Amino acid sequence: MPDYSGEPIIRVRGLVTRFGADTIHDGLDLDVFRGEVLGVVGASGSGKSVLLRTIIGLNRPIAGRIEILGHEISTNGDIDRREIEQRWGVLFQNGALFSSLTVAQNIEVPLKEYYAMPPRLMDEIAAFKIGIVGLPEGTGEKYPAQLSGGMRKRSGLARALALDPEIVFLDEPTAGLDPIAAGDFDTLIRDLRSSLGFTVFMVTHDLDTLFSICDRVAILVDKKIRVGSLEEMLQDDHPWIKSYFHGPRGRAALLSEAGHLARSGTPVVSGV
Amino acid sequence: MAPVVATLVASQAPGALVLAAAGEWLVTTAADLDQKLRVLRMPTDTRVTLELSGIDRLDTAGAWLLLRTEHDLTERGNAVEMLNLRPNFEPLIEQLRAAGKITPARHPRPAHHTIAGFIARIGEISLGLIARAYSILGFFGVASATALRLILHPRRLRMTAVVAQMEQTGVNALPIVGLLTFLIGVVIAFQGADYLRPYGLENYTVPLTGASVFRELGVLLTAIILAGRSGSAFTAQIGTMRVNEEIDAMLTIGLDPVEVLVLPRLFALLVTLPMLTLCANFMGIFGGGLMAWVELGIGIPEFLHQLSTVAPWSFWIGMIKSPFFAIIIALIGCYEGFQVTGSAESVGRLTTLSVVEAIFLVIVTDAGFSIFFSALQI
Repeated sequence: MPDYSGEPIIRVRGLVTRFGADTIHDGLDLDVFRGEVLGVVGASGSGKSVLLRTIIGLNRPIAGRIEILGHEISTNGDIDRREIEQRWGVLFQNGALFSSLTVAQNIEVPLKEYYAMPPRLMDEIAAFKIGIVGLPEGTGEKYPAQLSGGMRKRSGLARALALDPEIVFLDEPTAGLDPIAAGDFDTLIRDLRSSLGFTVFMVTHDLDTLFSICDRVAILVDKKIRVGSLEEMLQDDHPWIKSYFHGPRGRAALLSEAGHLARSGTPVVSGV
Repeated sequence: MAPVVATLVASQAPGALVLAAAGEWLVTTAADLDQKLRVLRMPTDTRVTLELSGIDRLDTAGAWLLLRTEHDLTERGNAVEMLNLRPNFEPLIEQLRAAGKITPARHPRPAHHTIAGFIARIGEISLGLIARAYSILGFFGVASATALRLILHPRRLRMTAVVAQMEQTGVNALPIVGLLTFLIGVVIAFQGADYLRPYGLENYTVPLTGASVFRELGVLLTAIILAGRSGSAFTAQIGTMRVNEEIDAMLTIGLDPVEVLVLPRLFALLVTLPMLTLCANFMGIFGGGLMAWVELGIGIPEFLHQLSTVAPWSFWIGMIKSPFFAIIIALIGCYEGFQVTGSAESVGRLTTLSVVEAIFLVIVTDAGFSIFFSALQI
């Protein structure tokens, strides 16, 4: 499904970000292609979330070019930004739902902002999105404070999907969820991706997520990024990457995924 | 962007209806399509074919409209069939169909839009007020008990926190308190002289200024400024700590939040509010004296002589009231902070409430003192 031959949908070149004296990224290059699920991993504090925030324009880089959907993001005026903002959706780590609005109203915020829609249709679309992300009926009337962590994430995803974006940015979508809920969330993202055809840029710590839904993996090491398929990354002999994939947790996730693939009849990941 | 077009054409055949959808069925065209679908006259008990081969692009909003139409038609007893949807849209429709039809959420409506709702709301508010008064009283009790325990074991008092709070609530408030009371002193002396002159009573300007500043204005203004400055800060600080579960963390470590958070603020305010009142009195009198000199040409010895005709009790009444106001402001500020639940919105709401409540109670208490002192004939 991912199309690696065409133009990348996100192109980052020579990105440098710095907080005070701390250099977070130093000449980072990254391409994200249409239709793929890219998992970004790295040690805590290696700048995964900063990279995501920089790409969506919440954080100004010191140097470098960032292009999304063919638009240069850091130099453009507000008009262009609005056009791009309609075409992406962002799920923040804790959902970042507006606490004074109900879940349904949260989902309607982007619809209201961009389209003159009759309120009844907006209510219907919001309810439909709530169903799509697998939230039970009646969630729409609730306020974010009344929801559990997992439900808040799903609601955040529903809001991110409100405008049917081409790119979805997910910041640690499964962090803080129990393993079953995390697995469900992975399946949800995979199913939605295959039916809606969006591109996913996902920051994650979760090895199971990485193995089950990501097409390619981007690893932040030494202030740069290494990208490749899972197999390629498993071969990489950078010490951090090695200990990441071949530590006890990495092996467990790998084994369970290999077993799962063998049962379902797909070829086992090579290089295990 | 190129204009996005979506069309819906209905053609009637005998005993059958064909709805041909074409173009881009996207969120951008949804409003337009929705209107077309709403004015469409739905038949009953016929064969309806949704001819979808013309759809070039489809997203969830467009798919929703298709599924809604199908659902509505089926409900009227029609036999509905979706035909010729492009294969790449099949998974979308399938997955969305599985998500099922969810009834749109009702939006929260303010209840007092009806008369019954209005009356119910008055009742709710009254009961809420009683419940709140009860709970505030409970909090005052807990704070007093903890304070008494602390007096028995004075080494448990967190001096660093007390001093830090004294700096924030006292030293940092000094400029604004001083400036405002100085200006009030100026205004009273100026206006007083103006009003008293026609009656030849302008010599009473200085006692008038002295009495009103000492007795009421100095302490009241200081209390109101501190309620706005420090009471609100107490609520916001403690409220944010509640949102971050810091209070819960304290409890599990065995720290008493009242002892750690409330008492240092209470003791700090008990010291700083009387001291600020003293400064406020001085600045008010200074402003009044300046005006008396400018307007009436009253020099310093004459001014001091006239000021001494104000009963010394006026000064002490102001000072006596100040610690009571300090207790009200500190405890209301902390109490409302503890009432915060979960969201950022409630921090804002309760901060406002804490300032309003503190000022309200300060003025009510002030009125009570007036009655009390007049009964004592002071």
